[in-house]
Amino acid sequence: MRLAELIMAVVMAVFSVYLMWKSAELPIGWIAGEGPGGGSWSFWLAAGMLLCCIAIIIRWARRVTPESQSEEVFMTRRTLKVFLLNAGALTVMIGLFHIIGAYGAIPVFLIFYLRFMGGHSWRLTGAFAFFAPITTFLFFEIALQKTLPKGFTDPWFDPIFAFFY
Amino acid sequence: MEVLSLLLHGFAIAFEPLNLMLIIGGCTIGLFIGAMPGLGSVNGVAILLPMTFLVPPTGAIIFLGAIYYGAMYGGAISSIMLGIPGASTAVATTFDGRPMALKGEADKALVAAATASFVGGSVGVVLFTLFAPPLAEVALTFGAPEIFALMLMAFATFVGLGGDDIPKTLFSIFIGLVFGAVGLDIISGEPRLIFFDIPGFFHGINFLVLAIGIYGIAEMLWTIEISQGDVMISQATINVRRIMDTLRELVGTWRMMLMGSFLGYFVGILPAAGATPGSLMAYGVAKTAAKDPETYGKGNINGVVAPESANNAASTGSMLPMLTLGIPGSPTTAILLGGMVIWGLEPGPLVFTDHPDFVWGFIASLYVANLFSLLINIGFIPAFIWVLKMPFTILAPIIFILCIVGGFVPTLDMHDVWLMLIFGLVGYMMRKLNYPMAPAVLAIVLGPLAEPALRQSLLISGGSFSIFFTRPFAAVIMALALVLLFLPVFKIFYDKFKKKTA
Repeated sequence: MRLAELIMAVVMAVFSVYLMWKSAELPIGWIAGEGPGGGSWSFWLAAGMLLCCIAIIIRWARRVTPESQSEEVFMTRRTLKVFLLNAGALTVMIGLFHIIGAYGAIPVFLIFYLRFMGGHSWRLTGAFAFFAPITTFLFFEIALQKTLPKGFTDPWFDPIFAFFY
Repeated sequence: MEVLSLLLHGFAIAFEPLNLMLIIGGCTIGLFIGAMPGLGSVNGVAILLPMTFLVPPTGAIIFLGAIYYGAMYGGAISSIMLGIPGASTAVATTFDGRPMALKGEADKALVAAATASFVGGSVGVVLFTLFAPPLAEVALTFGAPEIFALMLMAFATFVGLGGDDIPKTLFSIFIGLVFGAVGLDIISGEPRLIFFDIPGFFHGINFLVLAIGIYGIAEMLWTIEISQGDVMISQATINVRRIMDTLRELVGTWRMMLMGSFLGYFVGILPAAGATPGSLMAYGVAKTAAKDPETYGKGNINGVVAPESANNAASTGSMLPMLTLGIPGSPTTAILLGGMVIWGLEPGPLVFTDHPDFVWGFIASLYVANLFSLLINIGFIPAFIWVLKMPFTILAPIIFILCIVGGFVPTLDMHDVWLMLIFGLVGYMMRKLNYPMAPAVLAIVLGPLAEPALRQSLLISGGSFSIFFTRPFAAVIMALALVLLFLPVFKIFYDKFKKKTA
């Protein structure tokens, strides 16, 4: 936990410097007749972030916070496995939105999560994987008229839309 | 008298069939969300906000307000039945609610929690109705300096009263404000903070992307980690006779209910304070004032009643500054405020004059939602217990899918979904390291309002910050903000002084 506290503060400090540099692409000082430059707000906020990170690092060095005193590991092997499985499954699902679309990615995600992570029966998994995309389609595409990504399956939906409209 | 006629008009709006359906639906969904371990009103409102685009703004806020109310009721259910608070606002309910359940009095604790929530909500909404119009009238005189001072006060309360690590709280505020500045500069129109020239950043970072990332994905990952799927549910037998017996017993707790309601309401008004400290304070006061303090923590019904009335009153209290001043009192109201912006409504005092139907329809809906939450809560207790038995491996993917689709819908841009995932994963790690996340969400909502207020103020004064101290309202608010900001420093000196004199 102690090391993680330091790494996070350092990474965020570097990010703050990047934000300051990025903000400085616009004027950060006072412009006569116009007021503060467009980059000043974000520049000084990022400077504030940097100061906070420095304070966090100083407090870490002085072992002030519970995290900086903790000898616990940031993530146990089990937690890391659960985190990677969940984060990985979410990343793959979002990636699949681009390729096979929401209505392909959602059942794939559900099958993986329910069957392989949750150990549920094929019957329950199949029911969720079948009905979840249908419910999502009816609610978002038909009721809310919000188009979800469909990837290469886009043309397959033409007859369905023709049926509804 | 005028307030009464406006309120009656509000009731006419709240009882329109669509709005009534939204209230009932919102209360029910909110109750279930609130009852889920690890999920509270803020998660429910954040995840379901994108679903409100189908209905008019009045219906949308009525729906979200009902979810908020329902979730505040529901939080007690998992606290009592599982010993896991639905959200931090229901932590204090666990202290005596769980021992009651273990003694076989789960039904009594559940009915006590529901009734106290109803009383707290009722007191809260009456006080809200009385205080909102005069406060809005005062706020109408506010200009840019006063508005910026108010924003500063909202952030200062997180520092002064939040109780979290101060550098981390400030970092959270700053990063939220920076994310709120991404997009186009409001005055020059030039692109600002367009990372790696990715076009998705031109439309800015929608606050929902951060809110769903933090309160949806990060929260779920956190819940999965801490629960590990091992929860023990208590048994509850409930019938009309047992409910009536409990209601009779509850008459004796009226003092605690009222104390919790008033305390919760006034704590709820303060930005950053909200329902969690409100309920904990009410529990503390109840225990201190009790003749039998040793029975607290062992299943004393007053230990359930006091925090539950307080957290519901606080949730109503936190809506007061949101609606009248445009300053949210809690993370949930920050998201509601963001919703108002999406629906094309300028938050603040002008809403009262420009959109009376919206405001009074919403206020009246709170009365109705409070009543329906009570009825649904008591009626659905067996159903809640059934849902709580549902394995987390079924709930988690459903919530993840709702998060992903909910993150996509507002802008229809996959860029936002990826961004939300990044916020969720980083937010989870930051939460593990005790970085408070609520200030970042508040900041991303208030940032786009605070920046123009500051720039306009400085333009008026020719760059002098004295403008914040020469106008009476701005000076008072600024002084309060500075006191709150430096409160932790005063506390350090006070503690040192006390140590020396001891």
